[in-house]
Amino acid sequence: MKTRLSAIAPAGLTLTLVVLILGGADELRCDEFTREDLVRWQQEYISVVNRGDVLFHGGLGNHNTVSCDQCHPNAANTHPETYPKFQQQLGKVVALGEMINWCIMNPLESGPLALDDPDLIALQAYILHERRGVGLAAGRH
Amino acid sequence: MRMNRRQFLKAGGALLAAGALPVSVVEASFGRARPENFTFAYISDSHITHLKGSEFVRNWDRGLIRAISECNLLTPRPDFILYGGDLAQLGMPEEIDHALDLMGGLRGKVHYVMGEHDYYLDLGDHWRKRLGPDHYSFDHKGVHFVVLNSILTYDPWTHGPWDTPMARMKAMARLDNPKGSPFMVGAAQRQWLRQDLDRVNRRTPVVVVSHSPLQRIFKGWNFWTEDAEEIQALLKRFKKATVLYGHVHQIQYNQIGNISFHAVMATAWPWPYPSSYAQAESHLPKLTIEMNRADPFFERDATGWQLINLHTGKVDMHYLLPENRNRSVVFDHRLKRPIDQRYRSGADRIPPQIHF
Repeated sequence: MKTRLSAIAPAGLTLTLVVLILGGADELRCDEFTREDLVRWQQEYISVVNRGDVLFHGGLGNHNTVSCDQCHPNAANTHPETYPKFQQQLGKVVALGEMINWCIMNPLESGPLALDDPDLIALQAYILHERRGVGLAAGRH
Repeated sequence: MRMNRRQFLKAGGALLAAGALPVSVVEASFGRARPENFTFAYISDSHITHLKGSEFVRNWDRGLIRAISECNLLTPRPDFILYGGDLAQLGMPEEIDHALDLMGGLRGKVHYVMGEHDYYLDLGDHWRKRLGPDHYSFDHKGVHFVVLNSILTYDPWTHGPWDTPMARMKAMARLDNPKGSPFMVGAAQRQWLRQDLDRVNRRTPVVVVSHSPLQRIFKGWNFWTEDAEEIQALLKRFKKATVLYGHVHQIQYNQIGNISFHAVMATAWPWPYPSSYAQAESHLPKLTIEMNRADPFFERDATGWQLINLHTGKVDMHYLLPENRNRSVVFDHRLKRPIDQRYRSGADRIPPQIHF
């Protein structure tokens, strides 16, 4: 009996959540965000992804004109889900942004971006957006 | 004529000598009555990029210069060299001229293929002015070679409302452009090909050379030729048919009916396999054992050149790859398809290269 209850409880909880999200969100004020909030946040996110898309495809203005997509069409083979990881060529654990900077400094022959530079955030947003659905694998080589 | 173990080892010895060289060598022996073995080298996809004045992107220049200088060291000399397309990045006369200046240092006759990066600025005018027709055929030691311009596309796209020719060039130069347009050989060239092949005996080995794969692999990156099946149909009656192509910057091989397919490496940079793009489905031939992902810290990693051996009537591709084990993908007459000499699929598998 106990087992059955515990099996039913999560199902019931899920149902409640579905009802809350789909129908009852306006009446229940336990979470202070609305459907409009979600839409706006998604728009903010996508606008940064789109900015990253432009930067990734030749928008960085580097002198030698080499662009990220020349080696990484659709940001493929960037495996962002594996960062932070030990980057054996750098001899330490690095974040995705640091590896992007390596590319900007070497094949692109330009200067690194600050790790909180909106352009670097945008590049990471685009790269991760193209990798959505892939499981996290931090540290994996 | 089938390559026996002794012959293979002999060829292998020559390859070992060439092993330090990042060049692809192709060996073919096709002739019917008196087969004459010969090899040719294959260089492709250099993407020479003009910046300003006499300044070009160093990395891409170095790739082509290295391929040329190492190709010049091949002994015995390849009978000729094929250049697989994309001399230039944005089709500019400065780029094509500079690339051809570099190619001038190559010893031997070169046959050129048109790539989309050579074409979409001026629709191939400067390229043709320097190099002649973009589709042609020639015979060599009993083998019939055909070079096609396979990077044409639908007229409305080509002649569409572009602000400038450079806008069109840049749209096609972007591999992952969702507003791109699929490559094709087109009706006029297919008609020419039909007539060209009509005069060729079905026992004559045929090698068709194109920039894009004459098979449909991944449309998103134009690893694709829209009318591939129609070209394949024209090759169906030949006992030995092979298609060699550039564009994909990676090792690929396949067998469709009687036709063997081999891709060649780029001198400029490698491309990922379509399977590494999580948002789309790839149709990479199941036969192909993928290369390792490239190490970006080594500038020439996963680029390369080919030496091609035509001694069996089918192509043996020898990929000479800096910083990677060289690979040989050869036609297996028992299995009737190309196999990698080291990396196999299924039960035969010797540890494959890993792609993550």
